[in-house]
Amino acid sequence: MRKAFKLDGDLCSNCAGKIQTAVEKLDGVNSASVNAMTLKFTLDAEDGKFDEALKQSIKLFADIEPDCEVLA
Amino acid sequence: MNKKQKKKLRRILIALALFVVFEALSITGVFDLLPYGIWVEFVAFLIPYLIVGHDVLARAWHGITHRQPFDENLLMTIATIGAFALVLFPDAEPHMAEGAAVMLFYQVGELFESYAVGKTRKSITDMMDIAPEYANVVRDGELVQVDPGEIAVGEEIVCKPGERVPLDGIVVSGRSQLDTSALTGESVPRVVEEGAHVTSGCVNMTGMLVVRTTAAFENSTVSRILELVENASEKKARTENFISRFARVYTPIVVGLAVLIAVVSPLLLGHSVSKSIESALIFLVVSCPCALVISVPLSFFGGIGAASRTGILVKGSSYLETLAAVDTIAFDKTGTLTSGTFGVVAVHAREGIDKELLLSYAAHAEAYSDHPIAMSVVSSYAGTIDRDKIDGVEEHSGQGVSALVNAHRVLIGNDTLMQGAGVDVPNCHLIGTILHVALDGDYLGHIVIADMMKDDAVQAIQALHEAGVKHCVMLTGDREEVAQAVARELGIDEYRAQLMPQDKVRQVESLLESHEGRGKVAFVGDGINDAPVLMRADVGIAMGGMGSDAAIEAADIVLMDDKPSQIACAIRIARKTLRIVKQNIVFALAVKIVIMILALPMIGISTMWLAVFGDVGVSVLAILNAMRCLRVQK
Repeated sequence: MRKAFKLDGDLCSNCAGKIQTAVEKLDGVNSASVNAMTLKFTLDAEDGKFDEALKQSIKLFADIEPDCEVLA
Repeated sequence: MNKKQKKKLRRILIALALFVVFEALSITGVFDLLPYGIWVEFVAFLIPYLIVGHDVLARAWHGITHRQPFDENLLMTIATIGAFALVLFPDAEPHMAEGAAVMLFYQVGELFESYAVGKTRKSITDMMDIAPEYANVVRDGELVQVDPGEIAVGEEIVCKPGERVPLDGIVVSGRSQLDTSALTGESVPRVVEEGAHVTSGCVNMTGMLVVRTTAAFENSTVSRILELVENASEKKARTENFISRFARVYTPIVVGLAVLIAVVSPLLLGHSVSKSIESALIFLVVSCPCALVISVPLSFFGGIGAASRTGILVKGSSYLETLAAVDTIAFDKTGTLTSGTFGVVAVHAREGIDKELLLSYAAHAEAYSDHPIAMSVVSSYAGTIDRDKIDGVEEHSGQGVSALVNAHRVLIGNDTLMQGAGVDVPNCHLIGTILHVALDGDYLGHIVIADMMKDDAVQAIQALHEAGVKHCVMLTGDREEVAQAVARELGIDEYRAQLMPQDKVRQVESLLESHEGRGKVAFVGDGINDAPVLMRADVGIAMGGMGSDAAIEAADIVLMDDKPSQIACAIRIARKTLRIVKQNIVFALAVKIVIMILALPMIGISTMWLAVFGDVGVSVLAILNAMRCLRVQK
């Protein structure tokens, strides 16, 4: 499943890169993209693991850049 | 301003008010009159400091606990706490006010930075806001609005005036004008009627249209464009990658230097401890690479946004970077420099014969033919064709047509046809297909048919030369004399004719070889057979409107309105973006380095204030400069 989410807050492309790399390492994630310019987060994960991956991603956002929130 | 920014502004204002009061008390010496005056002053300045900066402290702590320590929050925290801590050194001037002020100034800068970035981001996303929200479709006998993603290929949708065309399709009925400016940058509306192709993302201006869709939403032009532009920032320019690599080493190095100064300078060089620490703190404040990390990607994104507004889609900032260095461009001919459709370029009538009369006979004789050349003759005839006057049409395959028009025998075709009928024909100096016309065995004149040059082709080549492109080469599969004529007319430096598709790849490769280490080579094309060449060149530019999907897929840059003159515009945007990026890099580094040198204990004329300017002040200026990338000069 592939889904795009809007992001709210401030995000620099440096942090976006860090978050993206971290999300891509999560279990069941096929690919992910964090776009600092369009403030968009796209997650592509296996169907059964999508919700868990999304939950973990939201946590990664909070850890790496607390100023930026996923509007899920 | 959003909610977060407003909250921050309020905190800044409260802290500023308190700061001004305490600073006034400090200057007038009120604190000195109190017992333990210095500590009262210390606590006093701590209040506005915490009000304005508690989130910075919290985030610094968050960074330490999450093993991401080297961010600006931590640097600011150390620097400001350090300023407060100088109170412990009796020989130093008290720096509490400075500690609070630096945090205040820093937060003002951060607020402004966030505002400016948000503003830029919004103006770019607004520009690309071409996604249709709904489509009108008849379901159960009623016209309803549904999500465009639910419409099947081949379904009929209704597009009312003022609405955005949601999906690509063909007009089944209706007539209207379309505003295509969001896609092509072209301000003149396009007239569409039955049978015309419409592209999603255009705005229907005047009439109601019924459109049969030819693509599902995810394959429609508008979805493809949005995906392309949104993913553009993933193909990063070398400069961008350089900046993030640079940032990763720059900060630790400067922090290391700061520690070195704090330790070495009092121990070995005999400078006072407080002065050394102050220098070290200044180093910490300017060690943040934000000015670059934020402004460089923003500049590229702005450049891509500005380009897409003029109908030039750039698939990644790396291509913008390469495009700026292009000095050689190879062109495909048909569909790129010429429109790929045949048209009448000249009517040469024999002396005493009216051109309109010649065209009228020719058009009548060709009226029943569906050959492209015949159709171009018919369409260039301004009058109406009276089919009752036409009789006895005979096609001479590969030669021409004979017909009875108004009971006169009209012969129209090539040299062979004329010679067969015993009509003498003159030579024509123009290049193209020559159609001779004879009436009852008398020669009337000839019509020259050729692939029509695009209106702006001449101007396009000229603009490229003016923009500093040294070499324009035309690669074509067409005949030598046609290529020569087109090249001469357009002012193209060099041409290669009668090329097979694989020859084009070889030609571009040899251009690439001869340019090793010098400027970059671009290729502009449109057809399926151009795809390999587009991929091989440093930058592949495709004609998006009429180009094949394969070519658009393979290209790095797509021109939505098929105008070759857009290439010069794209190069201008690319160069401007790169110029701004370079300005920002040089400016930010220069300011930071100067501040660091002035902060060295032996010089010691930098202040904390200057350091904060070197951090957020420079960031803000760099962002303001980056915003210029959004503006396009046509």
